[in-house]
Amino acid sequence: MWAADLVLAHVTAHFRHTLSPVITEIRPTRGLADLDLPEAWRRRELWYFLAWRDIKVRYKQTFFGAAWAVLQPVSLAVVFSIFLGRLVNVPSEGVPYPAFVLTGLVPWTLFASALSSSARSLVQSREIISRVYFPRVLLPLSAATSHLLDFVIAAVVVVVALLIYGIPPGLAVLLAPIIGLQAFIVSVAFGTLLAAVNARYRDVEYAVPLLVQVWLFVTPVAYPASLVPSNWQWLYGLNPMAWVVEAYRWSMLGTPAPDGALLVSSLIGTGLFAWAAAIYFQRTESILADVV
Amino acid sequence: MSSDPPVITTHEISKKYRLGTRASYGRLTESLARLPAKLVNRAAKTPASDFWALRDITIDIARGEVVGIIGRNGAGKSTLLKILSRVTRPTSGRAELRGRVGALLEVGTGFHPELTGRENVFLSGAILGLSQRAITARFDEIVEFADIGPFLETPVKRYSSGMRVRLGFAVAAHLEPEILIIDEVLAVGDAAFQRKSLGKMSDASKGGRTILFVSHNLAAVKSVCTRSVLLEKGSVVRDGIPHEVVEEYLRRTGEMSFVSLADRLDRQGNGAMRFVGAWVEYRGTPSDFVVTGESAVIALAFETSAHVSNVDVTVGLFDTLGSGALFLGSEMAGASWSVVPTTGVFRCAIDKVGLLPGTYQATVMATLRGEPLDWVLNAFRVQVEEGDFFGTGRLPPNGYGPVVQDHEWTLGER
Repeated sequence: MWAADLVLAHVTAHFRHTLSPVITEIRPTRGLADLDLPEAWRRRELWYFLAWRDIKVRYKQTFFGAAWAVLQPVSLAVVFSIFLGRLVNVPSEGVPYPAFVLTGLVPWTLFASALSSSARSLVQSREIISRVYFPRVLLPLSAATSHLLDFVIAAVVVVVALLIYGIPPGLAVLLAPIIGLQAFIVSVAFGTLLAAVNARYRDVEYAVPLLVQVWLFVTPVAYPASLVPSNWQWLYGLNPMAWVVEAYRWSMLGTPAPDGALLVSSLIGTGLFAWAAAIYFQRTESILADVV
Repeated sequence: MSSDPPVITTHEISKKYRLGTRASYGRLTESLARLPAKLVNRAAKTPASDFWALRDITIDIARGEVVGIIGRNGAGKSTLLKILSRVTRPTSGRAELRGRVGALLEVGTGFHPELTGRENVFLSGAILGLSQRAITARFDEIVEFADIGPFLETPVKRYSSGMRVRLGFAVAAHLEPEILIIDEVLAVGDAAFQRKSLGKMSDASKGGRTILFVSHNLAAVKSVCTRSVLLEKGSVVRDGIPHEVVEEYLRRTGEMSFVSLADRLDRQGNGAMRFVGAWVEYRGTPSDFVVTGESAVIALAFETSAHVSNVDVTVGLFDTLGSGALFLGSEMAGASWSVVPTTGVFRCAIDKVGLLPGTYQATVMATLRGEPLDWVLNAFRVQVEEGDFFGTGRLPPNGYGPVVQDHEWTLGER
């Protein structure tokens, strides 16, 4: 009879508007099932609304508005071009350095801003967390999602800039969104982990900007990955963003495609982050409303 | 399966808080420093700081019941609602809720000040569990209920607190869940809006919904609820017909808030009249606190051993540093009694408490033509809780004394 009830609960949950009753079970924490991913999927409208809110609020009182999506990577690209491109003469796979670094900065900016926002998401929403239930995973997820729009804007502007620059992207450019998606997935996985740690230890808030800066240098944004000695490539590749940036540049500029091994280690790295995030987030979620 | 199982069943729900972890969060270094000790000895955690907010709560609630949960501050009422609305998990025990649950632990949950009223209806609705389609379908109704007409496209940060409350409640009232969980939201808004909200609640229960709500408003509990549960120190001490449970609650708080003065020896005066007890009342019932901006009564029970008339009764309130905060006096306020019975109660009614939150020591004195009959220093304490004195949700900053004063601002020409 109990089993029948549980099955019923799952079935009715999918047809909640037509069938009754929905059964909610409340009990102490019971491991990874607490992440409640089916419920998160059912509440996907909230994912959308929270991301929409973040985008709206971010640009509501800004002067440049969505132009910030482009200003961020462009200003960094200018700095890198002057100091690393001109003064240090960093190689750029036969592509003009400014185009090389600007292209790399597009997925990087998505990653960096999505990571920072999702790391802050739980603490920022502590009011809601202590007053209403919904799958908490939606908070870091939607915080990261809100940066996808910036990414799309920046990506389109850069494609236009490349056309003007006389470096028209090839057909591979069609794969750029998928590569960008991997940057998004990495930021969600790691951001979710950081968000949970931040709920308990506010050190994270101070550590994240530093982390992002360091991460920028262990990612081939301002230099090509080929500079890294080949026997260290596997370790270098565990940084999931290494493959992302290299692959993104390949799709846009036709620079050498990253090694298949780099993709494998990127996926392994992402998996490790996601696994750690799932475990730690679940542990924190059970006490979230009490500690955040 | 029986034909009509309870809508809510809880089985021995308990919730433990580790004291200190609720208010403050840890620093990573501290946790890392504790780690070796934890690895060596798992019992190194200090159990002495544990606090049980709830202990073995087992209740069944049937469809259509309107259950009012009452109890003193810290009795576990809000914790119970938080567990049933899944905001937090129980430490042990289990519960089952049959039906869609809507929880309203705060009015305007998820409102963002930068967004407009319209945008916030959708956002808050989504957070509370309404689908976009459902919000669209009920949008006009929500706006009408909230009565904010022309401000729909204005950012909520420019709303008055009353408008924000109305809009928040309007969204929540249109959730139409099968189980509605409400925490003290009826205490906000003006009287007309409160009536409207109460009406909406009884409509909901007539429609077969189950409602669970926490309130300090005992009159509302008695008039709206079909059942009431009294919590004390995390346990159910009484469960039944509202007016009986409310009476039990009053008896218990009355006993606790009553301060006997009969046996106090540290008093002065000729003893023709003696104070034998004191208490404060909040919302018409004995209470262990009063609220800034709301009415209150200070009651002084007395006995006389001689014929007494035209007595002047005074109460002086002092803050924790011993500075005078407020003086209340019967003669000063224009009251006089030509006949004082041998025993009775002087009641000092305050329309709108003008003291800021805090603890005040009360000194009571009775004099007859300047001669003290009875005088007790630090006779009892008055605990003042935070309240919305000005209806703006704001109180003065610290450092400007203990008193709030009604006032009005105008702008004119020079």
